[in-house]
Amino acid sequence: MNKPSIVIEMKDIVKKFGDVIANDHVNFQVEKGEIHALLGENGAGKSTIMSMLSGIYRPDSGSILINGRHVMIRSPKESMALGVGMVHQNFRLVDTLTAIENIILGETNDKWRGTSWRKKKQKEIEEIAEKYGLNFPLSVPIWQLSVGEQQRVEIVKTLYRGADIIIFDEPTSVLTPGEVEQLFLTMQELRRNGKTMIITTHKLKEVMEIADRISVMRKGKMIAQMLKEETTIQELANLMVGQEMAEGILIQPVEIGAPIIEVKNLVVRTDQGIHAINGIDFAIHEHEIVGIAGVAGNGQKELAEALTGLIPWKSGEIIFNHKKLVNPSVSELIDKGIAHIPENRMKSGLAGNLGVVENLLMKSYRKEHRAKFGLLNKKANTEWARNLIQQFDVRTPDLLSPVGQLSGGNQQKLLFAREIDLKPKLMIAVHPTQGLDVGATRSVHEMLVHLRETGSGVLLISEDLDEVMHLSDRILVLYNGKINGNLKRGQAEKEMIGQLMAGVTNQKGAFDESKVVI
Amino acid sequence: MSQKSSYEHISVDLKVDNRKPRMVPYKFEYNPHKKGGWWVPLLSIFVALIICAVFILLNGMNPITIYTKMFQGAFGSSFGISETIVKAIPLLLCGLGVAIAYRIAIWNIGAEGQFLLGAIGATAVTIFLPDLPGALYIPLMLIMGIAAGAIWGLFTALPRTYFQVNELITSLMLNYVALLLLNYLVYEAWRDPAGFNFPGTPEFTPYQMLANIGGTRLHIGLVFALFAVAVLAFMLTKTRWGYELKLLGANSIAAKNAGIKMNKHILIVMMISGGLAGFAGAIEVSGVAGRLMYGISPGYGYTAIIVAWLAKLNPWAMIMTSLFIGGLIVGGYSVQSMGLPLSFSSMLQGAILFCLISGEMISGYRLKKIN
Repeated sequence: MNKPSIVIEMKDIVKKFGDVIANDHVNFQVEKGEIHALLGENGAGKSTIMSMLSGIYRPDSGSILINGRHVMIRSPKESMALGVGMVHQNFRLVDTLTAIENIILGETNDKWRGTSWRKKKQKEIEEIAEKYGLNFPLSVPIWQLSVGEQQRVEIVKTLYRGADIIIFDEPTSVLTPGEVEQLFLTMQELRRNGKTMIITTHKLKEVMEIADRISVMRKGKMIAQMLKEETTIQELANLMVGQEMAEGILIQPVEIGAPIIEVKNLVVRTDQGIHAINGIDFAIHEHEIVGIAGVAGNGQKELAEALTGLIPWKSGEIIFNHKKLVNPSVSELIDKGIAHIPENRMKSGLAGNLGVVENLLMKSYRKEHRAKFGLLNKKANTEWARNLIQQFDVRTPDLLSPVGQLSGGNQQKLLFAREIDLKPKLMIAVHPTQGLDVGATRSVHEMLVHLRETGSGVLLISEDLDEVMHLSDRILVLYNGKINGNLKRGQAEKEMIGQLMAGVTNQKGAFDESKVVI
Repeated sequence: MSQKSSYEHISVDLKVDNRKPRMVPYKFEYNPHKKGGWWVPLLSIFVALIICAVFILLNGMNPITIYTKMFQGAFGSSFGISETIVKAIPLLLCGLGVAIAYRIAIWNIGAEGQFLLGAIGATAVTIFLPDLPGALYIPLMLIMGIAAGAIWGLFTALPRTYFQVNELITSLMLNYVALLLLNYLVYEAWRDPAGFNFPGTPEFTPYQMLANIGGTRLHIGLVFALFAVAVLAFMLTKTRWGYELKLLGANSIAAKNAGIKMNKHILIVMMISGGLAGFAGAIEVSGVAGRLMYGISPGYGYTAIIVAWLAKLNPWAMIMTSLFIGGLIVGGYSVQSMGLPLSFSSMLQGAILFCLISGEMISGYRLKKIN
């Protein structure tokens, strides 16, 4: 009843998480021996549908056919037995075990586990690795391997377990450009050997480079499916973002004011002693949004942590509000007026098990009017929280229900409510719209622009280049812990920023010492 | 077969081709934000009683008779009740101590050692200061007991804060250090020369003993313990400090981002935790034993962990759970005469803890209808 060449067919898949529809009657087909790119923005539903294919979630309705046969995949193990393997974005490896131990982990076939068995297994694994040109040290603990090597271990793991269909979930997001190149070579080698691959991504260039066929998802729906030859980057971009993004919100030109924070020759080291931020200078002024563009892992995290007092810096100066900061504590900087929207709201911004009031109090509970003589002012605090969630339109059943059960957009609004209520001079927003739908993204943008209008400075760190370009008055491009470009609004073109992010220097007009505003 | 929503179940072992259509329209869903209510402890006690009933049956006895006898032993007479309360006092104080540490996810299982140090600290006052005015003894002994327990708690907290040493291990190991120290003192350094080789210090003078209540073994330590409950409950729910602890327990990373210093709080909390256990130890020597001696604690520090979790770390609820566990110990004595080993009550405690932990786990799951 199906064409024999179709290995995966997902029909009418619906998956809801609470009230959020992650997949809305999605149809998806993959042909044998192709590299199929599943394209979509963060939160489009790509990971959800792939998770259903690999047995992590089960669909609420709809059917899955593998090789033309109806299947019900109830666990990753069953998915593996059907020949479907997944290379996760966050690797599923045990850090302290070696590559071999990780690959044979969970093997249930053999009773005998002696040296000869291990040798046999090692040989099998070496053969697979060699066949596809996947090099990595076999007998070294995983944590000592580079990210690219760890990914290769993951690929060999799926192959070793007999995968014919391999799902790559955002495989390039953690890799360096050289490693990406190597990954693509591996994928081509796998295709030559008859493997079918699905790659989820939001990077258009990579799609055009590696994919045979392309499916585009947007807001939980399947928008289009086509051959690579039939399309262009421009068309894909339009399909992926849809119409809404193009409008954006209106940003009035505002004259910038006095500098709020001045960073001079800042050097920040990681725990491992690497210079994550390696001597940078910049300033943020009143009425100004400064955006940081850059590939993840070029020092953005460390910069945000140093500016919020979470980690100390090694050398250099930070002058905030005309005063030099000396080993500031987190609470000192909160009191001075630095607000922070951290990268992962549920991991580091909110306490999911606690209610609205307790989450809102987090930054202001030390203040006199919230707690007198060390005693919390319960009645006044509840009233204040009630007003705040009304003002910021946070939809919650009541003030006591755990915020972990709110939708992502409401959680982020709650976080912004807390931070904006501090009347910050400087707002440091890290990936503020990650995983949010269009509506919530828009309100986040409005809040950031409102801060700018009322005189605050904003440091916007985001992986979404469109967002950075749209909101920022000035864009700093971080590469390898250094500022590799300082562009004013309107001066920045996407292509140019892309090259600066990749480390290309001496771009005409891109980086000029004299233009650095200090 | 291609009907909507009818799946074929693929068995994992594809070599055996015995796939059957599967029509179970329910599934379990786990939600980490769903927690079990007050019924989880009650139900786990009930299940534990049933599990242990099997062992009673295997011993050829009637479980209902045994449980009735235990209940009567613990709560059926004024003697039983006062004995139960006497056991409940150290359990309650140690339970409060471990609970406050657990609230910020510091796994202090060293209440036993901190309890012993408290007993040693209080006794040290009687050994080294034999000629104090009588009225000074009790306050000084209690303060020394609390201080010794707090310092013992610090021995766990300091390596944790400065070198990331796992507190589970250090707090457990320090229990054995404390036990050996106690044995050294009662067998050697502080042994009563007139004690006919009994491993204990000289008996305390009446000034060194807590006042009794109503001619029973029940003592004024009960008031101290209840007072501690009230103070701690107030601190945890009404103060800024209590809020900080709540945040640390709920999400330590978010707390760090809010400017709360985890390490400072670990030091404070472990001192309070150890101090409360030390308080219990000081009360036990001065209220019940009347001297420091071998086997001063029948494992109060460990049993207190059950007391704390049964109460879901709520100070007020711990009054009930400490009485319950105290009753279990006393009731255990009374069924010894019927031929059950003394360890039966430990077994029951273990079964309760086991059911409690699994109950908390299971209560995160909800049965949902598919479609």
